Amino acid sequence: MIASTDHPQKTEREFEPLLAVAARIRGRIIQLSHQARTPHLGSSLSFVELLVYLYWNFLEISPSQVKSPDRDRFILSKGHGITTLYAVLAERGFFSPELFEGYAQEGSPLPEHPSPHCVPGIEAATGSLGHGLSISTGIALASKMNGIPFSVVSLLSDGECNEGSTWEAALLAPVHKLNNLIAIVDFNKWQATGRSTEVTALEPLEEKFEAFGWNSLRIDGHDFRQIKSALETAKDSDKPFAIIADTIKGKGIKTMEDDNNWHYRIPTKEEVDSAFAELGIESL
Amino acid sequence: MRNAFADEITQIAKDDPSVVLLSGDIGNRLFDNYKESNPERFVNCGVAEANMVTMGSGLAMTGMKPVVYTIASFLIYRAFEQIRVDVSYHDAAVLLVGVGGGLSYASNGSTHHSLEDIALMRSLPNMQVICAGDPLEVRAATKAFFKNPKPTYLRIGKKGEAPVHGKALDEFEVGKSICLKRGESVALLATGNILPNCSSVSDELEERGISSSLYSFHSVKPLDEKCLEQIFIEHEYVVTVEEHSRKGGFGSAVAEWFSSQAKTKARLFTIGTPDQFLLYTGNQESARKVCRLDKAGLLEQITHFIGPA
Ligand SMILES: Cc1ncc(C[n+]2csc(CCOP(=O)(O)OP(=O)(O)O)c2C)c(N)n1
Repeated sequence: MIASTDHPQKTEREFEPLLAVAARIRGRIIQLSHQARTPHLGSSLSFVELLVYLYWNFLEISPSQVKSPDRDRFILSKGHGITTLYAVLAERGFFSPELFEGYAQEGSPLPEHPSPHCVPGIEAATGSLGHGLSISTGIALASKMNGIPFSVVSLLSDGECNEGSTWEAALLAPVHKLNNLIAIVDFNKWQATGRSTEVTALEPLEEKFEAFGWNSLRIDGHDFRQIKSALETAKDSDKPFAIIADTIKGKGIKTMEDDNNWHYRIPTKEEVDSAFAELGIESL
Repeated sequence: MRNAFADEITQIAKDDPSVVLLSGDIGNRLFDNYKESNPERFVNCGVAEANMVTMGSGLAMTGMKPVVYTIASFLIYRAFEQIRVDVSYHDAAVLLVGVGGGLSYASNGSTHHSLEDIALMRSLPNMQVICAGDPLEVRAATKAFFKNPKPTYLRIGKKGEAPVHGKALDEFEVGKSICLKRGESVALLATGNILPNCSSVSDELEERGISSSLYSFHSVKPLDEKCLEQIFIEHEYVVTVEEHSRKGGFGSAVAEWFSSQAKTKARLFTIGTPDQFLLYTGNQESARKVCRLDKAGLLEQITHFIGPA
């Protein structure tokens, strides 16, 4: 299925606040990479809209609910995109932005990959790719077994779709009718050292999930309207649901977009300043 | 160390068309020279370590010489059963190269630490386990595999490590340790990327009036038992050091050998990381500090062991 694309003007107004949030999140991500000299900047920038929509308009999770059994679960399977999750969690009040000062430095509670032992709101340790969908399948199964309804959303990179474990989970979930499970693939067409469509035969990706017994929808992963409609469709699905989100690695900063050097490169002070100008933000 | 490996494998592959390099979607640009001279013999296998290891075994079954390269933790932990069955059990001559051994990727967190890999790998029949202590050992160990191809795990550091040995190791042999310094009271036995720290610890002991020998035990398996016999005769204290858990690694290998010796004079102490996940955020240097594997921490542990001079 391809998402419908009507009412662009209405979109603008409805999503204006989220667009502003997304710009701020991007600013934070770039700042963190610069100050801590950590890689994976392009990886973090490609799923900002997806995460912003999830945490502002979809997931039933809040700082006061981090332990409640019926909270929705979000699993960042592509753990190397951690700065986006940290930026979103801080903005939503899960922890104080003051913690960003020492990000990834000695003794910081914010390590370079998600850990359940760090700040509230992180469900699982990821960073070794290809674990998230299996963890999510287990959690979704528990929800069904215990009759406690909630959604489980797993965000995967396209590189993780190389891993057998991803497809092992994909094969099992439909058998157990896990319609509370949503996999979102941040399909930015790059992995660490090559084009994801050239490293393995990934395409047609949504058809692969459908062939495995999932419902699926392909969307523009930077368009809030399409993200909204895909998640609403997913919520009513009778099967596990895969959202294949076409995205751009490095999205939001023209010089970084679709340039895989930004998988490893660290932005200079000047690059941070010009990125902030491009994003239309002055400070964080 | 990874640059030394990339350079060495590029040279070797120029003369040996049976070399195939498989990489798990890491090492951006690292293999550019290799790919340029040997484009057909390089495969980016993607983020799919289990498949990559077993493909390596398949290649070896046809007489090719496969080298499988990725981050140590993902190579060993993700693909362990594939390594056990398809490499070890088949006695398939695959060179498994784990980059970022120990705490090289400390700042990335526990998912990226490899502090149990030596323990796992040395438990496998047919498997050789080599932990390179500096870039020269990386080169020599890579060459050694092609001289006598056998299932081998080569554990290397990351980048920027200074050489410890003064010159190329032309005499390098798998299973034969290298003596870097001869002393009397204490023998320091290092394996892998902690070697430089042991070297400065040995110098510091000297200054404190404690004479020490320093050995690089790059081969954890096969273990240089002949040399161990000598070492245990010649010293009062023997200390093993590794950037790996104390449980099951190089120290354990020496302790197993030690337990079967009837008459050894020296006392043995094994130093490694504690039996817990390192939850402390920080780079390799600070992680070593926390694990007491930095120079000060090592000195403290060693002097405590041998008691007042
Ligand atoms: C199991 C495992 N293998 C290898 C790595 C090293 N690694 C980190 S990111 C990455 C690939 C990045 O590409 P992709 O997953 O598509 O995410 P992107 O950065 O493009 O969003 C790799 C191979 C890892 N983290 N985990």
